[in-house]
Amino acid sequence: MVSQTEPAPNLRSRMKAVRTQNIVKTFGDVVALDGVSIEFEEGIVYGLLGPNGAGKTTLIRVLTTLLKPDAGTAEVAGIDVIENPVAVRHRIGLAGQFAAVDPFLTGMENVEMVGRLYNLSAQEARRSAEDVLDRIKLMDAANRPVSTYSGGMRRRLDLAASMVGRPQVLFLDEPTTGIDPRSRLDLWELIEELVSGGTTLLLTTQYLDEADRLSDRIGIIDHGHLIEEGTSNQLKDRLGGSVVEIHVQDEDRVAATAALTPVGGGDIRTEGNSIVIPAIEGSRTLAAAVRRLDEAHLEPRDIALRRPTLDDVFLSLTGHHAENGASPEVEPAPTGGRRGRR
Amino acid sequence: MTVTAEQAHRVSPGAAAVHTAVIAKRNVLRVIRLPQLLLFSTVQPVMFLLLFNYVFGGAINLGGAPISGSSAYINWLIPGILVQTAVFGATATALGLTEDLTAGVIDRFRSLPMARSAVLAGRTIADLVRNTFVNSLMLVVGFLMGWRFEQGFFKMLLGVAIALLFGYAFSWVMAAIGLITKTPEAAQSAGFLPIFPLVFASSVFVPTDTMPGWLQAFADNQPITVIANTVRSLMIPEEALAFLDLDQGALIAQSLAWIVGIIVVFGYLSVRQYKKSVG
Repeated sequence: MVSQTEPAPNLRSRMKAVRTQNIVKTFGDVVALDGVSIEFEEGIVYGLLGPNGAGKTTLIRVLTTLLKPDAGTAEVAGIDVIENPVAVRHRIGLAGQFAAVDPFLTGMENVEMVGRLYNLSAQEARRSAEDVLDRIKLMDAANRPVSTYSGGMRRRLDLAASMVGRPQVLFLDEPTTGIDPRSRLDLWELIEELVSGGTTLLLTTQYLDEADRLSDRIGIIDHGHLIEEGTSNQLKDRLGGSVVEIHVQDEDRVAATAALTPVGGGDIRTEGNSIVIPAIEGSRTLAAAVRRLDEAHLEPRDIALRRPTLDDVFLSLTGHHAENGASPEVEPAPTGGRRGRR
Repeated sequence: MTVTAEQAHRVSPGAAAVHTAVIAKRNVLRVIRLPQLLLFSTVQPVMFLLLFNYVFGGAINLGGAPISGSSAYINWLIPGILVQTAVFGATATALGLTEDLTAGVIDRFRSLPMARSAVLAGRTIADLVRNTFVNSLMLVVGFLMGWRFEQGFFKMLLGVAIALLFGYAFSWVMAAIGLITKTPEAAQSAGFLPIFPLVFASSVFVPTDTMPGWLQAFADNQPITVIANTVRSLMIPEEALAFLDLDQGALIAQSLAWIVGIIVVFGYLSVRQYKKSVG
């Protein structure tokens, strides 16, 4: 537990990076956050996973002092965001959902400007900008106008700008939404490199693979509720461990499902071309499935024992898939027409 | 980054001034780097100048005011058009702010430990810089068309400064409108709503005494007429002042009162709306 007073530097190692209690925020009739309590210590990557409209952006906006919650408390780096937003702003960096960089300025000018707004002197801002642009591998393009950058480069530049003030806690709101798969991989590698240096990071994502790969701890949020929390492995274990996944020819699927139903103990489902059954007895379930298919003279194209994916977790917790079953209502954008512009 | 307790709780005035300068520089660079923006914001006022002088100028009766012989109208028009250009130019404030809002730039600024007022002040100052450039160009074109200042360089400069300061004050009106409308499209339309009646029902282009009584009552007492008359009183021959019933000293005082009043009221409203609308 963190003390209510501002902690001394030597207590920093035990300090909570983020701590919220029962945050509530409504926009008209839409309840964006319905009593969210999350807590994590410095030095870890916390992934907030949820579909569109789950409340992820609203929570980030509360934590980065952009939005006052209707109820509840929130602390970032041990400081109350409502009582003392300016002190919080000194300690955080934010890269929002849209690359907030100026196309008419160069990459260097963009990052330097943000450094100056963190109250760095002109020289410090310059040095720090060079440092982060180097880390983010944009030094070669630093003196080009941002209008010549690709979408992925703009995201990276936005990330550089969020880091120029050397923040204690970094917030990335859907860092890879709307960029191509190749840039996404680059960005993942970059984020992994950054956090290997001990940066505390809260990132939101609607992509399971992203949360799985980048986060030390994952919180699953849906309809403004935090519905589950844990490491990727804990979440998968909570689903009951492994599953057997069987790929069959299209024309065999009905017969194969029938043949495998006894093995699955009633809990059998199909996902696209594959049939998934819980591996209640581990590899014995796998062997039983092979036997069953053999008896029915069906030849699987592929059969494997695998750990459940986060999508399995999401499905079992919420009753819908994470990426395709997004809630119908779109989170209101408090600053006008942002959502229309990508 | 180390932060003292004092620094952490509020933004000092010195820091706020630095932030304002940083934002103003960014906005000025934007204009310089996007030449078409500057070109078109310059072409429009020049077009107004040419159209009013050559199309309407001959038909406008100045009531025999001893302004300046054959090309009297240009000397009536230039002071007015400086005010009109500065006020039209102020709409850039609303546009720029709404563009920043929709692009997420304002969110970034608001997450930084910077002064709230700096985003707005930096924007309005940049628009003042741009207006200064455009109005300087208007003077050059006007000079080529026959405009002359009759009361010396210093008074002419004071007149230009008053027009520009009024444009600056109007930028704060536009800042409030931009923050309320939130999108560039809406800001563009809403921004011109107050501007058209104020600019045209004034002494900017024509003397007000041919207007119907009710309109004249409005035109004579609204700020744009006051500002246009002030600028005019600093540029036309001194003997015309009495003829046109212009009291230079009183006009300057009224102008400054309007400028300060508008900045205080709309500065307060804008900063309040800025805090509210984005958070």
